[in-house]
Amino acid sequence: MDRADVDTRIRSLIEPFNKKGVAITDATTFANDLEFDSLTVMDFVAEIEDAFDVIISMNQQAEIENYGQLVDAVHKLQAD
Amino acid sequence: MSEAGNSDLFSKFDELIAMREVLLAGGREDPFSLVMEKVLSPTQAICNGRDTILLGTYNYMGMTFDDDVIAAGKQAYDEFGAGTTGSRVLNGTFFHHRDVEEALKEFYAMDHAMVFSTGYQANLGIISTIAGKGDYIVLDIDSHASIWDGCAMGKAEVVPFKHNDIEAMDKRLGRIPEGAGKLVVLEGVYSMLGDIAPLAEMVAVAKKHGAMVLVDEAHSMGFIGEHGRGVCEAAGVIDDVDFIIGTFSKSVGTVGGFCVSNHPKFEVMRLVCRPYVFTAALPPAVMASSAKSIRKLMHNGNKRAHLWENSRTLHAGLRGLGFELGTGEPQSAIIAVVMPDLERGAAMWEALLKEGLYVNLARPPATPANMTLLRCSLCAEHTSEQVQTILGMFERAGKAMGII
Ligand SMILES: Cc1ncc(COP(=O)(O)O)c(C=O)c1O
Repeated sequence: MDRADVDTRIRSLIEPFNKKGVAITDATTFANDLEFDSLTVMDFVAEIEDAFDVIISMNQQAEIENYGQLVDAVHKLQAD
Repeated sequence: MSEAGNSDLFSKFDELIAMREVLLAGGREDPFSLVMEKVLSPTQAICNGRDTILLGTYNYMGMTFDDDVIAAGKQAYDEFGAGTTGSRVLNGTFFHHRDVEEALKEFYAMDHAMVFSTGYQANLGIISTIAGKGDYIVLDIDSHASIWDGCAMGKAEVVPFKHNDIEAMDKRLGRIPEGAGKLVVLEGVYSMLGDIAPLAEMVAVAKKHGAMVLVDEAHSMGFIGEHGRGVCEAAGVIDDVDFIIGTFSKSVGTVGGFCVSNHPKFEVMRLVCRPYVFTAALPPAVMASSAKSIRKLMHNGNKRAHLWENSRTLHAGLRGLGFELGTGEPQSAIIAVVMPDLERGAAMWEALLKEGLYVNLARPPATPANMTLLRCSLCAEHTSEQVQTILGMFERAGKAMGII
């Protein structure tokens, strides 16, 4: 899967979590723009992990602040 | 002073300070600075000048006032002095530290036992020492703070799964890269809602993936499982559990923490586990009391039965009154009453205190799903009459606050 495919897939996964319908760009942050709390983060990460059959550990999550970084991380993880 | 002026490192707490001020502004009693002016028994104290029934102390077996437990401590005070003034690995291992480890080995029928200064340090020390950089820890999202801190300190890859979700745990274990070290961390009883983990299934799944398993049995010692060894004993999987973590601050009625294990190399922990090495050993009186208490907990059939009876009566009574509870059935000695929100939870907590009842107020972010909970923990020394009195207090306070 190339980066664009990963992006498309994550874009559809994030929809039910994007309660306020924020327009998502690579710079959109999870904590501030999307206002994800820790429970939402857990559910959202679980969706992505299941969809791509990868692990995104808490340590890796700590490095991911915005949407673009998430797409990059998942793209790299599922390529490994 | 620097040209740029002083930066106040406390600024990051401003929001919390403001939140507390709002909560206390209404003339509220502060839920987090209650003083027990006098403690009369495991179930009664004088709090803020009032005679109060204690229903939130985790003193499950009422051992704090056991005559033999107190006598053992007094004797150790007289014979060994007030403190150890040293680490377990230097001058801090007295006769009683060894003896309490012997008592734990007998209690759990395990080969090794290591006593820490608190249960918090036991989790911190064991988890951070056995799972390091490159290893994976798979754990329940509702784990105790001491477990999370142990994970962070060890720098392992931390992979949480949804509370008590066997399939989610299985999937995560299956995705760990081949060859990596794996530790699964579970609790027997989760103290927020008082629910238990499906350990039979979870331990089997962990073993299928070749992971080591650590179970925190802080809230089950002495009254769950045939010998009181916890939920893992009741579930029939204790032999597949690599490490059990426990505490003396609940059923044992003193203070301290421990890890028991059958791992053949376990004793090396005493050399490499920093929260064990770099802190002073507990006072001999605490160790003597603990050893006595643990041995008494091995023979306590009647108290166990009464504790369970209390838990069932309180659960059924509160449900009958119309309160929402954390579990459909009583699964432990913790009954969590779910409050509609923090504001009304704090008001209800205070109303109960004024009735003469102390329960534990638990609020976000320590609680699952951001719930506000009034956590009740029963004691084998609560009489049946006290439990009825407690139900009357809940009824009056609940109606006054409009919660039922
Ligand atoms: C599940 C769990 N683990 C560990 C601890 C820590 O125990 P201690 O009070 O001995 O530090 C507690 C209680 O505080 C607990 O609830």
